[in-house]
Amino acid sequence: MSKNSNTTTTANGKSGTAQSAKKKSAGVNASLTREDKVLLYRDMVRIRRFEERSLHAYQQGKIGGFLHLYIGQESIAVASASLMGGHDHIITAYRDHGQALSVGMTMNECMAELYGKFTGCSKGKGGSMHFFAPDKNYWGGHGIVAGQTPLGAGIAFALKYKKLKGCCLCLLGDGAVNQGAYHESLNLAALWNLPVVYIIENNRYSMGTSQERSSAGAPLARRAESYDMDWDVVDGSSVYEIRKKLAPAMQRARDEHRPCVLEIQTYRYRGHSVADANHEKYRSKKEIEDYKQNHDPIMLFQQTLLKEGVLTDEKIDEIDREAKNEAAESAKFADESPYPPEEEIFTDVYWEVDHKTEKNQGRLFFND
Amino acid sequence: MATIIEMPKLSDTMTAGTLVKWLKKEGDSVSTGDMLAEVETDKATMELESFEDGVLLKQLVKNGAEVPVGSPVAAIGEKGEKFDPSSVKQESAPEKESEQDAPKKEQTEEARTSEKAEPREETASGEAGGSETAQEEPPSEPAPDTSRRLRISPLARKLAREKGVPVERLKGSGPGGRIVKADIQAALEQGVPADTGKDGAGRSKAPAGVPAMYAASGGTIAEEKDIPVSNMRGTIARRLLESKTQIPHYYLEVEVDAAPILAARASINASIAELPPEKGGGKLSVNDFIMKAAAEALRRVPAVNCSWADSSIKQHPAAHVSFAVAIDEGLITPVIFDAHAKTLRHISAETKDLAWKAKNKKLKPEEFTGGTFCVSNLGMFGLDRFSAIINPPNAAILAVGATRKIPVVSGNDQIEIGHRMALTLSCDHRVVDGATGAEFLATLRNLLENPALMLA
Amino acid sequence: MPQITYRKALNDAFAEELERDENVIMLGEEIAQYNGAYKVTEGLHARFGDGRIMDTPISEAGFAGLGIGASMLGVRPIIELMFWSFSYVAFDQLFNNAPMIRYMSGGLINVPIVVRGPANGGTNVGATHSHTPENFAAYTPGLKVVCPSNAYDAKGLMKSAVRDNDPVFVMENTLLYGQKWDVPEEEYLIPLGKADIKREGTDISLIAHGRCVITCLEAARVLKEEHEIDAEVVDLRSIRPLDQEAIIDSVKKTNRAVLVDENKPFCGTSAQIAALIQEHAFDYLDAPVKRVSSLDAPQIYSKPLEDEMVPNAKRIVKAVQEIL
Repeated sequence: MSKNSNTTTTANGKSGTAQSAKKKSAGVNASLTREDKVLLYRDMVRIRRFEERSLHAYQQGKIGGFLHLYIGQESIAVASASLMGGHDHIITAYRDHGQALSVGMTMNECMAELYGKFTGCSKGKGGSMHFFAPDKNYWGGHGIVAGQTPLGAGIAFALKYKKLKGCCLCLLGDGAVNQGAYHESLNLAALWNLPVVYIIENNRYSMGTSQERSSAGAPLARRAESYDMDWDVVDGSSVYEIRKKLAPAMQRARDEHRPCVLEIQTYRYRGHSVADANHEKYRSKKEIEDYKQNHDPIMLFQQTLLKEGVLTDEKIDEIDREAKNEAAESAKFADESPYPPEEEIFTDVYWEVDHKTEKNQGRLFFND
Repeated sequence: MATIIEMPKLSDTMTAGTLVKWLKKEGDSVSTGDMLAEVETDKATMELESFEDGVLLKQLVKNGAEVPVGSPVAAIGEKGEKFDPSSVKQESAPEKESEQDAPKKEQTEEARTSEKAEPREETASGEAGGSETAQEEPPSEPAPDTSRRLRISPLARKLAREKGVPVERLKGSGPGGRIVKADIQAALEQGVPADTGKDGAGRSKAPAGVPAMYAASGGTIAEEKDIPVSNMRGTIARRLLESKTQIPHYYLEVEVDAAPILAARASINASIAELPPEKGGGKLSVNDFIMKAAAEALRRVPAVNCSWADSSIKQHPAAHVSFAVAIDEGLITPVIFDAHAKTLRHISAETKDLAWKAKNKKLKPEEFTGGTFCVSNLGMFGLDRFSAIINPPNAAILAVGATRKIPVVSGNDQIEIGHRMALTLSCDHRVVDGATGAEFLATLRNLLENPALMLA
Repeated sequence: MPQITYRKALNDAFAEELERDENVIMLGEEIAQYNGAYKVTEGLHARFGDGRIMDTPISEAGFAGLGIGASMLGVRPIIELMFWSFSYVAFDQLFNNAPMIRYMSGGLINVPIVVRGPANGGTNVGATHSHTPENFAAYTPGLKVVCPSNAYDAKGLMKSAVRDNDPVFVMENTLLYGQKWDVPEEEYLIPLGKADIKREGTDISLIAHGRCVITCLEAARVLKEEHEIDAEVVDLRSIRPLDQEAIIDSVKKTNRAVLVDENKPFCGTSAQIAALIQEHAFDYLDAPVKRVSSLDAPQIYSKPLEDEMVPNAKRIVKAVQEIL
């Protein structure tokens, strides 16, 4: 599958299995029903409307701290989640709203979390960067750049240890590839043949620094080569394209415990976070407009589906209206929800305290 | 219906933004995502984005205005819609006046602080029932003694306080002469030492040293110094000066036969002293009888249970009898509320509790304000008699001397040992005339000499 | 009762827990084939095999994070750090991920890991290998910190740590690995958060954890024999949870305390204990609380000076004499 797959697969004598994996996941887009396609489109729209609404709420002062928007990158989360089976897991960094909605978390619980409300997915304890839904195999939502990359390897390790046929999708940004933890993770994943697919969401800027100014060597995924891992670069503006390249990678991870790195080229229209005051200085407005006009994943998929006759203008309007309403409703829900009660400060710190076991002895909190 | 656009929060630390430049004019049409204006935040200049479609009806602030987050900056509505700017609460700061604003803000804060302080003053000098001798809350910490810091461990200090050991006279055996638990224990066993034990090296348990009071005379008797006036001391000074100079005091005195209450006390104590506290055990003191009798006398002569209120005399419906307690910082008068309706044992228990709280600075303000009459007893110092200053707004205060044994002539003209106690009543002549005061004192004497009457 | 080394007691604890629960695995540098840098895992690889006793690369952030990730799905890794000093290269994983995930997920995710290894000075290995970060760990809500002082405690506490559903950091001591104590053959557990009075006394409380407990016992002997001072030695065993009751009870009894630990003094563990004592037993103190910690400079290499640097009986006796 990768540009270098010939060398690596030959070197590892695995070309045969790689071929079979490819075959297995062939037609991953052809097998999509009309309903599936509408859902893929709808989920991307929902993410965008949700985030626009959250930006509005931030500016109203209802959301504090940091808010890292995913707008422009929606195709990656939606395509990834669409390929996940029962034993597949996903973990990401702090730009985590899109993945949350893609795996089926509700706008209400997500918006309420942004508002710091008790009805939020983490009871208002995590905030924007820390969404979790282990029941949906979504393991967060991690605030420190590359901090989640060893965790992703660990999830894959657990799957293999428990002999479960699944894989872990570990998402990271292009800035994370320069962190040591990422390289340590790649080494362990390759060394121990862990079923993990690292997905670099390359939006070209690590915070306010361009790829050219922060990372030596391109493409970034090529660094996997030194760990004898497969890698590839994917056009992130196309949902089909992402699915086409991700599906066989996941299949190989599941079947052969073979990790890989996929670099998905994408773009964020907003700043690194909403507090990024200079995002139109370290890049040009023209560049942003170019992506919006020519590479927007939602617009492009809309056009594709119109051509395929899956979507109509009426349906597009309806989906948009519903997504806007759902987002507005979630803001209302969040607004009306209570803040966590004060005693919640001390719950969820220790399992033992929450479960009041008999072996609970000694002091764990030191407030007086 | 126009939508009001507010100054957005554009960063995690932004509290206000300066509207640098409008990018849309009034009347321009706008759609979602359009940039309305440039806003300078604490971090950089950013753009104010529209979340609405329509027409910019009104710019509510001018270029250069600093606007707090959440305050209105513009109105967007439908084309041709009328918009009344006065319908919007304007919170924007005047243009670029933040520098001049700063001192103003400070002044406001100062004003707020002094406002806060004022009610305290008022309680201190104000309404009836709220101005006992020392009604300010005892300061949570004693005023620092700047003269000499006694080296004593927390444990030894606590023990000494509990057992009444005068630590000033002890020499500590701990490192650096620190008084420790062992020194207090030794003092309790051996009394406050007078021996001249040299500075014992090692772990000598016995305290040593010459108490200052036994030292040879000569030189100064105490260090010359200015002792700072604590809050409590200041209040006592002010209130008693007011009382003594503004209230026309006069004094009535009577000597009562204390034998009946001593007998009653002995008899009651014999039956209750050994009981556990929860069953009402404990010893009654002479003062408990006086408190009880005073309350009963107030019930019988309510004209004394009054306060001067300038245009009127306020008669109180209940006898709330306070008693003076000396504490480190001065004097405080906790109150037995509704003393007229309480049994002797109840009064006794409450008195003990309040006195303990007073000495340990645990009295709440409501426990030392609101008395209607005060008893001050210095009998334990062996004083025969004294007169007290009225504790406003009370109309009288009773000063109790020691019970003395004196020869008395009995009913059949024999010289016998008698027990006598002097009571001095200080009265506010504006409220209590001589005859009323005398009636009260006679009633009180009658009750003390015939304790059984308190039951009637 | 058989006498076994601290090392063997730990080894037995691992073997018993690996046997009991197949979710328990061990990760670390040279713990499998090599049998452990300090032989604490000796024989476990031969017995439990590749799948459960795993050699890792020198990659602390990687394998610590991997362990945390695996634990989220119910694997219970025991992660060895060859030295706790190496936790510094895995700080984000150990101090930012492990203790925070449960909280930030509103209690949805548990991180049942044990991170263990020696944390001590006094071995002439220089500043970078002599750190004792129990104070860092105990500073962090969400973490538990255990510092066993002897073989019996090491085994019982380690077994409790492995069964705990929260991240537990166990700090061992290379100087204790080879020492022997009575350890029963039958299985036992020691709960976290329960201090142990290692020596009863009336004149002063010596409060310590880890190897400093042993040093305190030595100091107590000298105090008794040479100064007729009867010291009580309180072994905290775990720093968080902390048996505050035992500390306060002992201070109420003796009215004096000397706190002994191998942390550097500024914000060291004893600083927190001292704060608790003054707050909860102020009126029982006959003297200021004294501390004996490692001297406040980077750990020196030169042996005789390092011996002065870490708490020793001589310094403890001196501290006691200063307040008695």
